[in-house]
Amino acid sequence: MVPLSYYLVLSGILFACGVTGFLIKRNIITVFMSIELMLNGVNLSFVAFAAQWHALSGQVFVFFVMVVAAAEATVGLAIIIAVYRTRETLNVDRINLLKL
Amino acid sequence: MLHLLVFSVFGLICVAGAINLLVQRHPINSALSLVVVMGSLAVEYLLLGAEFVAAVQVIVYAGAIMVLFVFVIMLLNAGVEERSKGSRVAMLFGVPGVLIGTVLVAWVLLARSGTGNVAVGALPGPPKVIGWLLFHDFLLPFEVTSVLVLIAIMGAVVLASHPGSKQPDKREG
Repeated sequence: MVPLSYYLVLSGILFACGVTGFLIKRNIITVFMSIELMLNGVNLSFVAFAAQWHALSGQVFVFFVMVVAAAEATVGLAIIIAVYRTRETLNVDRINLLKL
Repeated sequence: MLHLLVFSVFGLICVAGAINLLVQRHPINSALSLVVVMGSLAVEYLLLGAEFVAAVQVIVYAGAIMVLFVFVIMLLNAGVEERSKGSRVAMLFGVPGVLIGTVLVAWVLLARSGTGNVAVGALPGPPKVIGWLLFHDFLLPFEVTSVLVLIAIMGAVVLASHPGSKQPDKREG
């Protein structure tokens, strides 16, 4: 028997790592991976609460989060490719102008 | 006791992978540590009984999405991250704020909450029941999701295609 709060704390730590990575990383692909880390932390708390309340809809929501994450990764990586073509850099500090 | 042991081991692997993602400077190392995080999260899902979620986590997240990431890293030939100084506000207020918030949430959850215990396999989520829920209770969100995926595919094709450039001449290659 593991307390539910342990799962939630693990999920919170993962989310915090994601937010920290989003703030401190300078490579746009790594920033994007930090967002995936945050989504994973949220998924863990979804499944943990589903087990706590005996509601399977929590697990179904994880699939929706995964689909949205997949769509986001597809479009985001396409945007990253387009940005790299025009700017020749992946550093977020150098991508600070809308106009070329 | 064994349950707690397995939970702790894979939880530690998970947190170590997440911290390694922050520490590593080459994006490919960050991507591989994210795969570690996702794999150990799949074990945590299995402990909670969500077998189908664990399988999909490995197949879709650790498989498809991370392969996409690694593919883009290799396509763009991304090198070691250059450390520019970035936003000072983010370093001064953002990171300590995140740390304080996490410690606060963890303290509230561990010391003050009345949440109960979770047994091994507390809520089994077999594919049959999940599928029934998905096509019965969540039919409308499911269909909306399919539209979202279609839009994402078209958006990716439009964004990643390169209409302005002329095609490379094959005879010269």
